[in-house]
Amino acid sequence: MQLEQAIRSKKAGKEILLMTHIVLGYPSFDTNREVIREMVENGVDCIEMQIPFSEPMADGPVILKANQDSIASGTTIRECLDFGAEMCATYEIPFLYMTYFNVIFKYGEERFLDKARDAGIQGLILPDLPPEEGAPFMAAARQRGLAPIMIFSPTSTDARMRSLADFGGGFVYCTARKGVTGRHSSLDADFANYLNRCRQATDLPLAVGFGIQNRADIEALIGVADMGVVGSQTIKLVDEQGSAAVGRFIRELLGGRRSH
Amino acid sequence: MHTRKYFGTWGGSFIPEALHETFQQLDAAYQQIRNDPAFWEEYLHLMSTYSCRPTPLTYAENLSKHFGGAQIYIKREDLNHTGAHKANNVMGQGLLVKRMGKTRVIAETGAGQHGLATATMAAKFGFDCAVYMGEEDVLRQRPNVFWMEKMGATVIPVKDGSKTLKDAINEAFRDWVTNMDTTHYVFGTACGPAPFPEMVSWLQSIIGKEAAEQILAQHGRLPRRIYACVGGGSNSLGIFQRFLDEDETELVGVEAGGLGLESGLHAARLVGGDASPGIAQGYKTMFLQNSDGQMRDTHSVSAGLDYIGVSPILADLWEKKAVRFEAATDSEVIEALDLTMKKEGIIPALESAHAFVQAFKEAPDLARDDAVIINMSGRGDKDIFTIAHAYGDPSWQQFIISRARQYEK
Ligand SMILES: Cc1ncc(COP(=O)(O)O)c(C=O)c1O
Repeated sequence: MQLEQAIRSKKAGKEILLMTHIVLGYPSFDTNREVIREMVENGVDCIEMQIPFSEPMADGPVILKANQDSIASGTTIRECLDFGAEMCATYEIPFLYMTYFNVIFKYGEERFLDKARDAGIQGLILPDLPPEEGAPFMAAARQRGLAPIMIFSPTSTDARMRSLADFGGGFVYCTARKGVTGRHSSLDADFANYLNRCRQATDLPLAVGFGIQNRADIEALIGVADMGVVGSQTIKLVDEQGSAAVGRFIRELLGGRRSH
Repeated sequence: MHTRKYFGTWGGSFIPEALHETFQQLDAAYQQIRNDPAFWEEYLHLMSTYSCRPTPLTYAENLSKHFGGAQIYIKREDLNHTGAHKANNVMGQGLLVKRMGKTRVIAETGAGQHGLATATMAAKFGFDCAVYMGEEDVLRQRPNVFWMEKMGATVIPVKDGSKTLKDAINEAFRDWVTNMDTTHYVFGTACGPAPFPEMVSWLQSIIGKEAAEQILAQHGRLPRRIYACVGGGSNSLGIFQRFLDEDETELVGVEAGGLGLESGLHAARLVGGDASPGIAQGYKTMFLQNSDGQMRDTHSVSAGLDYIGVSPILADLWEKKAVRFEAATDSEVIEALDLTMKKEGIIPALESAHAFVQAFKEAPDLARDDAVIINMSGRGDKDIFTIAHAYGDPSWQQFIISRARQYEK
């Protein structure tokens, strides 16, 4: 699968990769554009673009508010898909869509997948679509070269992780802790044990997200995961200091490494 | 017996991975109680000693005469402890929580009746309790907030989205996804991911079982029609299920028509054509949403019916035409409430009054020897601020003003 290859070849020269997250249309598509440019120019390896949904059940306060403000300002799915296509055409790094299943269900599953594939999107993260409900959709995504990203949680049993891995592609998104996005995670001994269980369950690259906020968190992932995921923290940063602050933050996260 | 996950094409379990294991355990625990006759015995004992079951079936003689058609009977869920049918579900889930060995319960609430019942159950069984409630509903249902807090529950106002029931459900899920080891989410209606729709309907089925016996004893025949208001669907399914196979009984669910179906300001999912199939809050049903799949703001004078979705079991019964759906507007509701108080000395909750509206519209056209049952899901005391406001009652306003002055000093 395309995304898995991309991740593996990027990882070959680096200690750890970085995936960042934005909420489309928040605070505006213009700001999204600037933020993504800062991210790519400063070495981000992969970006998940969240198509906003009014009921983002798995998201904490920061991303929840970004979803709701984006919708309130009139963001449509059409604009999101056009923007996604524009980003894929502009930059070489892999882009993914993250959203809740209703957005896709209402748009039309096949139609959405075709659009995403034609745009050059490489994967989908859908926190409310377990394989029990989404197996046919996931197969249809894979057929189009779109990786359905599986999510592991510390509450997933070993057997559950193995069975999830069979449905997935690209990489596995391991949530660093229980709960929703935003709150800082302590990457302690339990965490190490959990990541070890993730590693045993699948050969796919492992991304770790939820509460990853600074260089120390990223360092803690070196050697145990392939990619760190930073979400709420960049949204907060852009809220407080504007998109110009993103570049320095990304360089810090990557410990000064530059890929350009 | 296995839990039904889908009802026709509706239902399912669209949950984050972090809750997968929790739902496996919940489903197993539910299977156990469902298949254990001793559980139902324990439940009946609790409901007849701690609550007021069986609740009476009241013959509304004056209303029946007033309309001059069918004989009107009222199933009195208002006489349950805490004043609504919500207690049936909550006490059952409380017994389940004891069996599962959890120590904390959380709930969402709209009208506050489910929150109140959960706070009561938590106090009785010694659980910690947090209740999520949309900020708008906190204001609408202040008396229930007061009692929940007095019983030791923490009431958390939810300020996101439309600040109503759906937002409270999202927040409760966010809590659960963090605290599932100690905590059970006492879902308040027949919605949400499996096994909740089936489990809640089962615990509420006690209403219909009693009502069938009572109407046979009092009227000698099954009713021609049964009316129930429909928020998430728990009180309606509670009374309907027993009668689903009875050809002579027509089942009528009444949704919140708000300011009228054409106004767009309502919460009617199954009448009116504004809703469409969708997936949110863990399940698939008819949702009030826009063409992008974003949920719309709903409106109803009653907090408990002010919700975007509806039980997947009802969506299925709607599709199969086994239940007929109607809507009652805010102003019709106040009128029906007024008439019921004056004629029978009974104060239905604003939610329940929706069912009265439709029964009053249809009773005159039925024969005198027909009976209809209105499921009175709860009592109206909680709504005193809203109802008094709707009446524009001058003496009440004066009272509030002078009370406020006392506190200002
Ligand atoms: C008195 C009363 N009736 C009805 C409802 C609506 O819920 P359901 O449709 O689940 O019975 C509520 C919900 O809060 C309520 O408090």
